Amino acid sequence: MMRSAGQERATSDRLAAWFVAKGATRVEADILLPAETLLDLYGEDIRARAYMTVDPVQGEMMLRPDFTVPVVQQHMAGGAEPATYAYSGPVFRKQDSAGGRPSEYHQAGIEIFRRDHPEDSDAQVFALIAEVLGEAGLPLRPVTGDIGILMAAVRGLETSTRRKQALLRHIWRPKRFRALLDRFSGRAPVPKARKDLLDRLAQGSPVDLIAQAGTFTGLRSEAEIAARAEALIEDAQTPPLRAPEAALLYDLLSLQAPSRAALDHLHGIAPMLPAILPAVDRFAARLDALAARGIDTDTLPFEASHGRTSLEYYDGFVFSFHAEDPALPPVASGGRYDALTAVLGQGRSIPAVGGVIRAGLLARLTGGQP
Amino acid sequence: MIKIGVPSKGRLMEKTFDWFGARGITLRLAGAEREYAAAVDGVEGVELVLLSAGEIPRELAAGRIHLGVTGSDLVREKLADWSRQVTELAPLGFGHADLILAVPVAWIDVDTLDDLDAAAAAFRATHGFRLRIATKYHRLVRDFLTSHGVADYQLIDSQGATEGTVKNLTAEAIADITSSGETLRANHLKILSDALIHSSQAVLFLSHAADWSDADRATLAALGDKLNVTVPKT
Repeated sequence: MMRSAGQERATSDRLAAWFVAKGATRVEADILLPAETLLDLYGEDIRARAYMTVDPVQGEMMLRPDFTVPVVQQHMAGGAEPATYAYSGPVFRKQDSAGGRPSEYHQAGIEIFRRDHPEDSDAQVFALIAEVLGEAGLPLRPVTGDIGILMAAVRGLETSTRRKQALLRHIWRPKRFRALLDRFSGRAPVPKARKDLLDRLAQGSPVDLIAQAGTFTGLRSEAEIAARAEALIEDAQTPPLRAPEAALLYDLLSLQAPSRAALDHLHGIAPMLPAILPAVDRFAARLDALAARGIDTDTLPFEASHGRTSLEYYDGFVFSFHAEDPALPPVASGGRYDALTAVLGQGRSIPAVGGVIRAGLLARLTGGQP
Repeated sequence: MIKIGVPSKGRLMEKTFDWFGARGITLRLAGAEREYAAAVDGVEGVELVLLSAGEIPRELAAGRIHLGVTGSDLVREKLADWSRQVTELAPLGFGHADLILAVPVAWIDVDTLDDLDAAAAAFRATHGFRLRIATKYHRLVRDFLTSHGVADYQLIDSQGATEGTVKNLTAEAIADITSSGETLRANHLKILSDALIHSSQAVLFLSHAADWSDADRATLAALGDKLNVTVPKT
């Protein structure tokens, strides 16, 4: 079907106006953004997904891949608290496969910056998006998750800080996270390459081994290399995760159930994994807040691993709305990103949650009905 | 008329000529020395075009040539979703080279991607920027590192003398093509044990975008018979 740019923009602006009618303040954001912030945040992966260009004075620039980062930056630069923002405009994403997904499309979104009652803000964003999508009359399937529960479970593990940090660093990369967890729990054997490496490291002091290895080159210093060599030896002596603890974490990763049933399940395992209790309490409070806004939490799907994709920064509640065709991207998605505001806030931070609607996709699915 | 693009100089050209020659098709230079004119004997309806190996992927994607010989690494690097744009008709058995990741030999703590990832995290915390990997194979390296969940690195463009970037302190590691590893050793670098990104060789490719008339299809079938290569029906 032909994409109609005018129709897409009209739908997007109408959605933003709807958010404004619900109390949000309309904000604008630049399309050309300094690349460095986004590269530091997302890593090299964003280069494959965002359009880069070079400004003769400002250096590497990026065509806006999403609104969240510039809106957070605007707010951190002096927005009043609490604040609810709405926006509408084009975003740009390279599509590396010839699958026909647009590389330029409109997003309409809402972001809430508020310190008290975070669960209520979560519920508010979800319920507003559910309501406006509901008005379009589409049978969209919502999915929710909570990365905060998973992070709390990792922080509560009885293991070394280094192992916990490694798991937390890869929480958005499920494959690598799983490989680390398999190794830390003793489910995967120590790879031969690592065994050989440890054998070699046992043959002398790191400084001697570095000297024997040959001519030293590069910026990574002898001290850095020695520190990691010592960390490897220390890690090899770290006992595996206790089997029950590991089993609970695997259980948590695969948890998929209607929200209330998921809550019951989490209450069931919390005594054995007490570190997740505060996060489970927040989950319970969020369900109550969602129910108070008319969402049926008995049937609302919950998946503990939902939202764990790279190019995301969510660290709490996450959600998305899907059309029947699984080949389509989500019609709407969002989540809580408290840590992002700290990264962008230069020492300051504020709890924040938001969501976006792909206006063009919505317009297409509704056959252009406004 | 089917146009076949072949590397315009060096061993790659000679080996390609040999490969076709052994199958009864003579590719040869025509005209004056240094003139990029060529001829094909042994099959009707095929025109030889001499091109830089690096440009052949683009020419195939654009459909300006029907067939082309170039490195499998170049096609994967230069063409997005390459297998939708070209088909590999036959590996030619020469031009072998491996795209690998290499780090300084002094990195006694790094042997695998797992180690590289952990070293990158510590490096970023210490130096305040992401660990730099010099390469000209941006797409292949990034896709490989993404699929293996390596983070906290950045790619630095290096179109030549890539092994020297570590010594010059413009990169911490490199990703490059190597056949014997001699240049790596000479520059005090070692290959990661589990980071073979792509094992490349010269391949005969078919363009999907080229204009395939009925006559061209018949020519392709005849060529396929001679070369003992299975060609697509459509």
